[in-house]
Amino acid sequence: MRKHFGPLEVLRGVSLQVGRGEVVVIIGPSGSGKTTFLRCLNHLERIDGGRILINGHLIGYRQRADDRLVEASRRETAQRRSEIGFVFQSFNLFPHMTALMNVACGPLRVKKVSRSIGLQEAADLLVRVGLADKLEARPAHLSGGQQQRVAIARALAMKPTLMLFDEATSALDPEMVGEVLAVMRELAEGGMTMVVVTHEMGFAAEVADRVVMMDQGQIVEQGAPRQVFDAPAQPRTRDFLSKVL
Amino acid sequence: MTWLANLPVSYAVGLHFDWIFFWHALVRPNSSFLLGFATTIYISIIAMVLAILLGLFLALLRRSRLWPLRAFVGLYIWVVRGTPLLVQLVIVYDGFAALGLFSFNDVTVLGLDIQGVVQAGIVTLAANEAAYMAEIIRAGISSVAIGQSEAGLSLGMTPGQVMRRIVLPQAVRVIIPPLGNDFNAMMKSTSLLATIGVSELFLNAQEINSLTFRTFEIYSVAALYYLALTTLWTLVQSTIESRLQTQVGIQRPPTFRQRLIGVGWRPGSGRLRDSA
Ligand SMILES: Nc1ncnc2c1ncn2[C@@H]1O[C@H](COP(=O)(O)OP(=O)(O)OP(=O)(O)O)[C@@H](O)[C@H]1O
Ligand SMILES: [Mg+2]
Repeated sequence: MRKHFGPLEVLRGVSLQVGRGEVVVIIGPSGSGKTTFLRCLNHLERIDGGRILINGHLIGYRQRADDRLVEASRRETAQRRSEIGFVFQSFNLFPHMTALMNVACGPLRVKKVSRSIGLQEAADLLVRVGLADKLEARPAHLSGGQQQRVAIARALAMKPTLMLFDEATSALDPEMVGEVLAVMRELAEGGMTMVVVTHEMGFAAEVADRVVMMDQGQIVEQGAPRQVFDAPAQPRTRDFLSKVL
Repeated sequence: MTWLANLPVSYAVGLHFDWIFFWHALVRPNSSFLLGFATTIYISIIAMVLAILLGLFLALLRRSRLWPLRAFVGLYIWVVRGTPLLVQLVIVYDGFAALGLFSFNDVTVLGLDIQGVVQAGIVTLAANEAAYMAEIIRAGISSVAIGQSEAGLSLGMTPGQVMRRIVLPQAVRVIIPPLGNDFNAMMKSTSLLATIGVSELFLNAQEINSLTFRTFEIYSVAALYYLALTTLWTLVQSTIESRLQTQVGIQRPPTFRQRLIGVGWRPGSGRLRDSA
């Protein structure tokens, strides 16, 4: 995958394969292109080269007979995105809806499930992330940690096959980080396929199947957490880890 | 206040103010005056509803991927906002007809007779206000954080669904205050329709004046009727606004009294953009 913003090359040929049920954690210094990479994965950003396949389907593009890629229709792109959950650093809950409607609106509006089933499933998900008593609360009345858990439930409501997390805990006060990581950990243990960008090295070491180190728009090194954290092969990885650990 | 000092004594003590006429006109207006008042109200409402719809259409057109459409909207807004409503009114009603382009004829809709002038008045007011509404709606849309759209898109909503379900409902909070102010102005602007002969509130006041020569009295009565309308609307508007604000759990907008007489009201002080 290649991506540039004007003259700035943000992704300089990033290639990654993620297996079903695998948890991949991406680490790397600020500005290395981690967020951009995730955003490209569900076509919130267009790419300038390469291709993205999820469950065998191209994201955001379609292949013409002569092998060239052209932008897919809005409907097709929306359909592809609905299979991918995205959790934002800044939650991005819908402030005009209750927690319950935040979670239910995807299934209700996109999948057109019946109202009773949509609301029931949304309530179940909120119970699962520990918010049984906040179904009718508006986002403005929830703490950061609670908002992020609603956001995770909202993404899960679409029954995605892949979950993307972009620094899901970076905007939280320290005492709320744990509750969100706990939800993510449970999800990983449940077999969800996840690509997680985080600065929480403890979480990465514990939960990741594979850790990917990015720097300056490239993958510098990847491997099992043990290997990357305890015996990094690349000086850039060593350098980065010595700063954050 | 030198002009006051120069007035003949009789004026200063109010001998020529006909209280009986004034009260009579105020509390027991004749039926054609009341009909004019009703005309003012319904023209305002219909024109505003049309202006909101057309304004929304223009605002969305302005976001089109096709530049000629965007350019057209820009041109429309530039021309409409840059020329006086009164001039637009005579162009639409008299000018178009004189040119042989289009003339408004009386029609009957659902058993109601709608005069050509009334149609022309509504169309012009709506077309004029739509230019302002387009800008207000555009500002409302761009006040909604981009992350909101991205969250909707990542759930698999189409851009249209995102606009309808996510962006516009939030933009409304920002749109309502200036929209309300514009509607207030619109109700007063309907008095310009008297110039093309729409029998609304002001034209009826003028007619009574020409028959009775109670100039000050009858125009005062007309002013009070406009004031009652705008006051009532201010009340409605603040109710709508506080509903919208409490809905997302943020600071209350200025109260009815504050906004009516301006006490304790600083521009923008009640308009918190975002709860987060
Ligand atoms: N929309 C944009 N327009 C222009 N430049 C951008 C845009 N988005 C990101 N960039 C630039 O691309 C580079 C990579 O940004 P990105 O957000 O992907 O980094 P990151 O690895 O997520 O960093 P962080 O750890 O700080 O979140 C940065 O130099 C950033 O300034
Ligand atoms: Mg980032």
